[in-house]
Amino acid sequence: MNKKNIIICRCEDVNLEQVHELLDQGYTTIEDIKRLLRIGMGPCQGKTCGLLLQQEISRYLKCKTEEVPLAKVRPLVTGVKLKAIVEGTK
Amino acid sequence: MNANIVIIGAGISGTSIAYHLAAKGIKDIIVIDKDYLTNGATGRCGAGIRQQWATKMNCIMAKKSVEFYEKANQTLGYSHDIEFKQEGYLIVAVTPEEDAQFTKNVELQNYLGIKSRKITKEEAKKIVPHINTDMFISATFCPTDGHINPFKANDAFYQAAKRLGVTFYFHETVQSIQTDHHRIVGVTTDKRTFQTTKVINAAGGFAHEIGLMAGVDIPVYAEKHEILVTEPIEKIQGPMVMSFGKNLYCQQVPQGSFVMGRGTPDALHNHDITSSWEFLDEMAKTVVSFLPIIGELRVIRQWAGSYNMSPDRQPILGSVDECDGFYVACGFSGHGFMFAPITGLLLSEIIMNEPTTIDMAELCMNRFKNQKTIEVEKSVV
Repeated sequence: MNKKNIIICRCEDVNLEQVHELLDQGYTTIEDIKRLLRIGMGPCQGKTCGLLLQQEISRYLKCKTEEVPLAKVRPLVTGVKLKAIVEGTK
Repeated sequence: MNANIVIIGAGISGTSIAYHLAAKGIKDIIVIDKDYLTNGATGRCGAGIRQQWATKMNCIMAKKSVEFYEKANQTLGYSHDIEFKQEGYLIVAVTPEEDAQFTKNVELQNYLGIKSRKITKEEAKKIVPHINTDMFISATFCPTDGHINPFKANDAFYQAAKRLGVTFYFHETVQSIQTDHHRIVGVTTDKRTFQTTKVINAAGGFAHEIGLMAGVDIPVYAEKHEILVTEPIEKIQGPMVMSFGKNLYCQQVPQGSFVMGRGTPDALHNHDITSSWEFLDEMAKTVVSFLPIIGELRVIRQWAGSYNMSPDRQPILGSVDECDGFYVACGFSGHGFMFAPITGLLLSEIIMNEPTTIDMAELCMNRFKNQKTIEVEKSVV
């Protein structure tokens, strides 16, 4: 299957070919790849793509999956409307 | 290992300095960073590019940097795009004092060739239709200000520097700097030692600690600033909307999300970069009061980074009296990203003993020894 047709990050529409291009250029951590391709920066916050990217990196580096650190987890746990936060502070 | 020059920090100040030095033909340049590329303040910043300042030095540095960034994709031979969106900064005056100050600021900016202008609330509403005009008195607007993707911009400098022969060491921490009779002789990391006679401190939030390693007490400190991003929507806002008085900046980035931040009053001077619910509350209230429609958007992520604050909120650049071969590029007070091109150029000129593009008297560390002449930049969030 064409790597361009394998979607890794649905929120930001990133495919496997783009990931492999960066791996070949020496960007081999999730934090590096996240910043250049926006993987994991969309509404799901990497809940789907994070593990897929971790697997791809471990395959590329020929190391165990758990040896590839996941991206730092940041708040919020789920999307909240700004006006709901304003209401909540009243 | 021997190195001609060791640069500490691969944020955009460090990569720009490395690029500018390498472009002048300097060999054996080493850049050391304690984590991944763009892990620090560069990658945490609000991505704004502005020329509307209250001090002459900040205006000049910002203008020169914008001129570089406008051609950066070509100059740096970048195969991607740094995403320079020049749709302006709309800065609102919320008090009569700010209104009067902004008139002076625009006069200074225009004198220096920056195309900013003072505008009415009605004109502001034409530029940002969803702004709440009850919240401010007047505004200033500069159409050539805007946004750049910090990850891409730093990557562009990094790749260009690498092509010119600069060597980068990531995930490596500087542990000590060796001096001999106030001259630099080496740098030791957790992995190796470099023999060198020149060290450039571009360590951002950690600039003070790096200075102390060379016996130099740089008058800067780290201060946490928080920021958040919303879900993306179709484009509704061109410029950055900013208020110093109400402590707000907010812009829609090209990918569609809104990025917004504010300073924390009385923030401690430390390296804390954790996210807080207090910021989320205050940010939500502030942005919804100025831009009510933004209240409909979901916050999807928040984070924080360190400003490296100087006494006058202007950067500290160049050599220092206390240690020969030690150079600083720090104290940007939240504006290192937008000043990176001129930072790199000036440091390269100083190290090459060339005449500098800007007079360094008001930028060198010495300026604080003569306190009378210090003019503090007020246009800071």
